[in-house]
Amino acid sequence: MGALVEANALHKSFGPIVAVDGISLSVGKGEVLGFLGPNGAGKSTTMKMITGFLEPDSGSSKICGFDVETEPLAAKSRLGYLPEGAPLYAEMTPKSFLTFIAEIRGIGRKERAAKIGAAVERTGLEDVLDQRIETLSKGYKRRVGFAQAILHDPAVLIMDEPTDGLDPNQKHHVRELIKEMATEKAIVVSTHILEEVEAVCTRAVIITHGRIVADGTAEELLRRAPYHGAVAIRVPAKTEKTVIAALSGHKAIDRVETINTDNGQVDLRAIPSNGVAIVADVAALLQEKGITVSELFVERGKLDDVFREVTISEQEGANHA
Amino acid sequence: MRELLRTTAVITKREFLAYFSTPLAAVFLIVFVALTGAFTFYVGNFFQRGEADLSPFFAYHPWLYLLLVPAVAMRLWAEERKSGTIELLMTLPISPWAAVLGKFLAAWAFVGVALVLTFPIWITVNVLGQPDNGVILTGYLGSFLMAGAFLAIGAFVSALTKNQVIAFILAATLCFLFLMSGVDLVQNALQAWAPGIVSSAISSMSFLTHFQDIARGVVEAPTIILFVSLIVFFLFANVIAVDQKKAA
Repeated sequence: MGALVEANALHKSFGPIVAVDGISLSVGKGEVLGFLGPNGAGKSTTMKMITGFLEPDSGSSKICGFDVETEPLAAKSRLGYLPEGAPLYAEMTPKSFLTFIAEIRGIGRKERAAKIGAAVERTGLEDVLDQRIETLSKGYKRRVGFAQAILHDPAVLIMDEPTDGLDPNQKHHVRELIKEMATEKAIVVSTHILEEVEAVCTRAVIITHGRIVADGTAEELLRRAPYHGAVAIRVPAKTEKTVIAALSGHKAIDRVETINTDNGQVDLRAIPSNGVAIVADVAALLQEKGITVSELFVERGKLDDVFREVTISEQEGANHA
Repeated sequence: MRELLRTTAVITKREFLAYFSTPLAAVFLIVFVALTGAFTFYVGNFFQRGEADLSPFFAYHPWLYLLLVPAVAMRLWAEERKSGTIELLMTLPISPWAAVLGKFLAAWAFVGVALVLTFPIWITVNVLGQPDNGVILTGYLGSFLMAGAFLAIGAFVSALTKNQVIAFILAATLCFLFLMSGVDLVQNALQAWAPGIVSSAISSMSFLTHFQDIARGVVEAPTIILFVSLIVFFLFANVIAVDQKKAA
């Protein structure tokens, strides 16, 4: 089967502010798409349009092949959605709330107990089923929202900042849940936490000012990092000049930087000239000169740097235009 | 169609129970019953009149509704919007009509409960004399119908804002205009500039005039048509408001 989530040239403006400016996406089964962007980039607005909550100014979106505007019921019945901040009916208990969701979704009386039981077990809500939702901790509230979204075992799961405001243990729990379900569903997760992308997503899309500025796996995005593939070494400080001279002479190495001098040791970074792997060359050169290396590793680059670069350069481009 | 009825029923049930999960239900029911009693016996001089009917009881319903019905209606949509649950509700596989109708019916049923709880007054009048219970039943039905029209207005206004206080004030004002549209004060102001047909059309929508007929046991088609068509109109407007203003 093809894409389960499809967005096609979505546009949305609020008065003079363009929130989403032509976003197209497609997510297939087994994919976990990380939707990244600074605050106010248009992530939530895009998700609201994909889920059919907001009507786009132009463009369309489909869930499992059903257009959310023209066949909303068919599309929405195949969708589980966790809105930003996981809003819930505060006066209900998790049990009455999940029962309400099951009834609305037309899950028959016989299946209901089993489905609610499965969602409750998956999200670990057993202990709080009969407490009013407003008395629950933030982590539990989020789990109730999560249980609501997966109750009917939807083919598509869309979550707007599912880990926002949770403590590290709760974040870990939510990520584990997402990973567990990843193989059977198409999942879209928005976040501004970059570690999350590496932890759970098979693919990431970075948006800023309502436009997609990067799209690829975490590994592909990392390749755009300034220091991706650079080799960091730690050598005795007195050999610094020799090492720099030796490495700079190599054709695959663009330049060598000194990062830090400390305790008679110096940290250097050799930056490859055109994305080639240089670690073997660096090791060979150092051995040739008989220099003792106490540390050597290949830098992967930071997603943070990629994120900053693509979102800020886009901003500057927009300012100059 | 069956799906619409089914989902409407589920929403109605949730909304109806939601009233009872906060102190609002108890406060409203007690205040309503106490005020209807106070108005009937003290202000309406129920005993001194020496007549076995409930017209002093019904006469104050429009004024009580003016205050209390917007209070029942104000939370319907404003609260969903404020807490963000509207996003949850409107991404469930339901038609906007199911949500609008479900909420309206729940609120209407709640007001129905309040009306039913005034039964001691009906018992009192039956103990003291031989009232025409047909007239009393008509009065109750008319009162319920008028409450429905107030509620439909209140629910619509609630869908326009996330602030419940604003929803309350706007709904009360709008209901007041409908209530008073037949009164000289409003009519004089209208006749000064509006063509006669407009002022008489507005006058014909006056809740007060229509309800006074009902309280006397007279039910005429125009009265029923007025209340029912107002309910339908404002529910339509409600659906449009929910559809259009989801983002705000």
